[in-house]
Amino acid sequence: MSGDGNTASHGPAHRKVELATAAAIGLFGIIVVYGALQAGIGWGFEGPKAGFFPFIIGVILIGATCVNLWNGLQTSSSKVFSEWDELKRVWDVTWPIAIFIALVPYIGIYFASAVLIAYFMMRISDYGIGRTAIVALSVPFVTFLVFERWFLVALPKGPIEAMFGY
Amino acid sequence: MAEFANLFHGFATVLAFQDVNVFGTTMYLPFNIFIMIVGIVLGVIIGVLPGLGGANGVAILLPLTFSMQPTSAVILLSCIYWGALFGGAITSILFNIPGEPWSVATTFDGYPMAQQGKAGEALTTAFTSSFVGAFFAVIMITLLAPMVAAFALRFGAAEKFAVYFLAFASFVGLSKEPPFKTLAAMLIGFALAAFGTDHMTGSLRLTYGSDYLLPGFDFLIAVIGLFGIGEIMLTMEEGLKFKGKEAKINLHVVLQTWKKLPQYWWTYLRSCIIGCWMGITPAGATPASFMSYGIAKRVSKNGKNFGNGEIEGVIAPETAAHAAGKSALLPMLALGVPGSPTAAVLLGGLLIWNLQPGPMLFVENKEFVWGLIASMYLGNIVGLIIVLTCVPMLAAILRIPFGIIAPIILMFCAVGAYTVRNSFFDVVMMLVFGILGYLFKKTNYPLAPLVLAMVLGDRAEEAFRQALVGSAGNMGIFFSNGLVSSIMALGFIALFWSVISAGISRVRGAKPEAA
Amino acid sequence: MFQLKRSSVFVAAAALGIALGAQTANAWEPEKTVEIVVPAGTGGGADQMARAIQGIVAKHNLMKQSMIVVNKAGGAGSEGFNDVKNSKGNPHKLIITLSNLFTTPLGTNQPFSYKDFTPVAMLALDEFVLWVNAEKPYKNVKEYIAAAIEATKKGSNFKMAGTGSRQEDQIITAAIEKATGAKFTYVPYRGGGEVAVQLVGNHADSTVNNPIEAVAHWRGGKLRPLCVFDSKTMPYNDKVAGDLPWSSIPTCKSQGLDVEYLMLRGFFMSPGATAEQVKYYVDLFQKVRQTPEWKDLMNNGAFNQSFMTGKEYVEWVAKEHQRHYNLMKEAGFLAN
Repeated sequence: MSGDGNTASHGPAHRKVELATAAAIGLFGIIVVYGALQAGIGWGFEGPKAGFFPFIIGVILIGATCVNLWNGLQTSSSKVFSEWDELKRVWDVTWPIAIFIALVPYIGIYFASAVLIAYFMMRISDYGIGRTAIVALSVPFVTFLVFERWFLVALPKGPIEAMFGY
Repeated sequence: MAEFANLFHGFATVLAFQDVNVFGTTMYLPFNIFIMIVGIVLGVIIGVLPGLGGANGVAILLPLTFSMQPTSAVILLSCIYWGALFGGAITSILFNIPGEPWSVATTFDGYPMAQQGKAGEALTTAFTSSFVGAFFAVIMITLLAPMVAAFALRFGAAEKFAVYFLAFASFVGLSKEPPFKTLAAMLIGFALAAFGTDHMTGSLRLTYGSDYLLPGFDFLIAVIGLFGIGEIMLTMEEGLKFKGKEAKINLHVVLQTWKKLPQYWWTYLRSCIIGCWMGITPAGATPASFMSYGIAKRVSKNGKNFGNGEIEGVIAPETAAHAAGKSALLPMLALGVPGSPTAAVLLGGLLIWNLQPGPMLFVENKEFVWGLIASMYLGNIVGLIIVLTCVPMLAAILRIPFGIIAPIILMFCAVGAYTVRNSFFDVVMMLVFGILGYLFKKTNYPLAPLVLAMVLGDRAEEAFRQALVGSAGNMGIFFSNGLVSSIMALGFIALFWSVISAGISRVRGAKPEAA
Repeated sequence: MFQLKRSSVFVAAAALGIALGAQTANAWEPEKTVEIVVPAGTGGGADQMARAIQGIVAKHNLMKQSMIVVNKAGGAGSEGFNDVKNSKGNPHKLIITLSNLFTTPLGTNQPFSYKDFTPVAMLALDEFVLWVNAEKPYKNVKEYIAAAIEATKKGSNFKMAGTGSRQEDQIITAAIEKATGAKFTYVPYRGGGEVAVQLVGNHADSTVNNPIEAVAHWRGGKLRPLCVFDSKTMPYNDKVAGDLPWSSIPTCKSQGLDVEYLMLRGFFMSPGATAEQVKYYVDLFQKVRQTPEWKDLMNNGAFNQSFMTGKEYVEWVAKEHQRHYNLMKEAGFLAN
């Protein structure tokens, strides 16, 4: 995610990822402290105000992050976080999930799921078009029946479901 | 004793034969037993499919039960509830995705067991433990109902805070990860719980002017992301497969596991007591499961192996969660306070059938109350039999290739995330939490303290501030009577014990190193 | 299916009041599943009512299409209201309202108002009753207020427990403070049931629970009702607690506490609904009101059974909005 160069031969250095994660957590701490200050951090007549606890949490979080950053700097820089091709595999599932989620509001969760299942079966594994079609169509269809017909839970639907009157 | 007479009357109600119309022919059947089986099966399905979980499932079926007698209807709904409790453990163990909040602690050892090819054993242990916890709680309800209700009334805000504090103190300081990373993870959990509307003042905090942040972060979204999505990424990195393909898939595994379980009688008893205590107070099933896990880890001689597939690590949280889940029903019936959203919907159902939850229910609707309690006994036994026969089938799910099962899991994660609040933002957050879960696992930030802090943080802060509003800011409220003082004292003992033991282990040089 | 485009939904709604009863041969009917949005969590009063209606409609086959209930509680209900507001022209989406129709936009600056929705009908009003623990010495409103003022003078705190903050319970509390000069310490909890139990356990001095939330404890002899915040006593004469019916509780005004508050349990539709569509749902709710299950529900909860549609309903809502604005302004609950 966050490693950049070829410091180690096969992947990003563990130390860099470690430091980046700690820095991100520290940033989160700063955001929380900022939000808490907006909400008011005093201790009123009726006990602490809305921002009191978030403020303390944020401050300690920043403190803990400093220690973690310092510890991170002490670790050797030769250790590899993950091999590049391992990370590539992680990336290969991450972007389809992101696209799947992005598609849901437009084409509905059932059709988007069919596409996701088809992608996984054909690209991540090596299934033929026939088996893929069977699984990719039947699973969302059964899910549709369970949720929309039998349990009456409304999930996001798109133009295809609308064609059938849903 | 009057209780036993009542209970037997209850059994008679549940087992009574009725003329039932089945496919056009009238048959003479124990209708309520039939209803019970239907309820348990539906419940397990609801527990496994994240989008249908808990409150949703019961609420959806509530209207369908209007044409039944109240006793049958409540048996159906409560059996769905019990079934969902059983079902929550299934996804925790098989896919590292807790279907319900109280199954989170079950993943800690249940999922590693499944990965080692012991899915059948883990499932059997989880189901059996659920049964033991629930059964213990039901017996306690039968014997102590009036006393328990009176005891529950003594819990004001200060006492509730003390209970949360105790639950938290018994769990923290347990992880093998570096202490400051544990601290950071815990604080992230607390911070996430604080987002959104502040319940005490009604004012907004940490929303930065965004409508999306108004409702705050839901615990289930974080858990689905951190555990479920994160796990799929880790599995992908390790090379495309869920381990545990070699899971045994015959019913033999049930009997073999049962032979092992009696030696853990002390873990069972302890977890039952913790569970009932947390259920009555009422802190709920989720803190109960964490607290029980935490204490088991400290007390057990295998404590060091917790987290790597230790059977006691499944027994402790499952037993406590179910003891708490069942015993929480008692305050609900006797006082009219729901312990969970599911319980709230059940309560609404009672009102529709003209049954008024509260102290008078036990006097005026004896038949109903004892019928319900009897159905808890029978429903549990029926439930256990049903889920145990499913163990081989469930374990076999792990044989489905990753390329097929992974996108299906992802679909149900998205469905589950969406249905929590019918919001797309939550589905997006699920992916964000998934990436975080992957990164945190790789960089040794423990997820358990984060999750626990997220569960308890909001409610603990609320109870703390309610107590202080009531006492006009006087901290003495937390030591103002025997009950609250002793719970606080226990909490401090648990807290400092962990600090001491952590200190000792650090002195011994058990320095953790990234894998 | 033709759609009437009206610049103001209020014109359509007002027309409805007159159009009532004029049955046409092929009137509008829902073509797909009807969604009832509940801008609150599962288990609350609005949720219970929505689910009861869902059950009644299903049991009596009052509608060809099915009806589902969706909870959108986020941001004090604004999630639900914004969802309906943004579904302009979708006649298959209704929202059941509670007081957060007024309090949420006023208290949090959320960009919606009652004017954004097409009003359908008021089904009932929820009563509020002043409750105290039965062990407490004060037996009537006068003694209660004297005790509260006494506590205020001594500087000790007199605790009022209620549901949520800056919502109906706290607004009533503020109104009582204004009417009497006593100071209460308002302690917010998440649900009405919990509030009642806090009172039974003596962790609070009084509450303003809805009848249904506290009735069990009244019957159990743990709580005592002092007065009801309505202009007339509740019309239910069946004995509820011992020999006492709901109608035995006096109005607060008759006891010298001039505060009135009722909570709306009514329906609105998404913006841009036609008069025909509104009429369909009004007729549907009329049928629901005739069922025995509905009558039981009203009886159990001691609801005020006012039913309003059309212009009358619109005027009531507008008046109530103004009243909330005034009450919240005085109490300092308005968003800046």
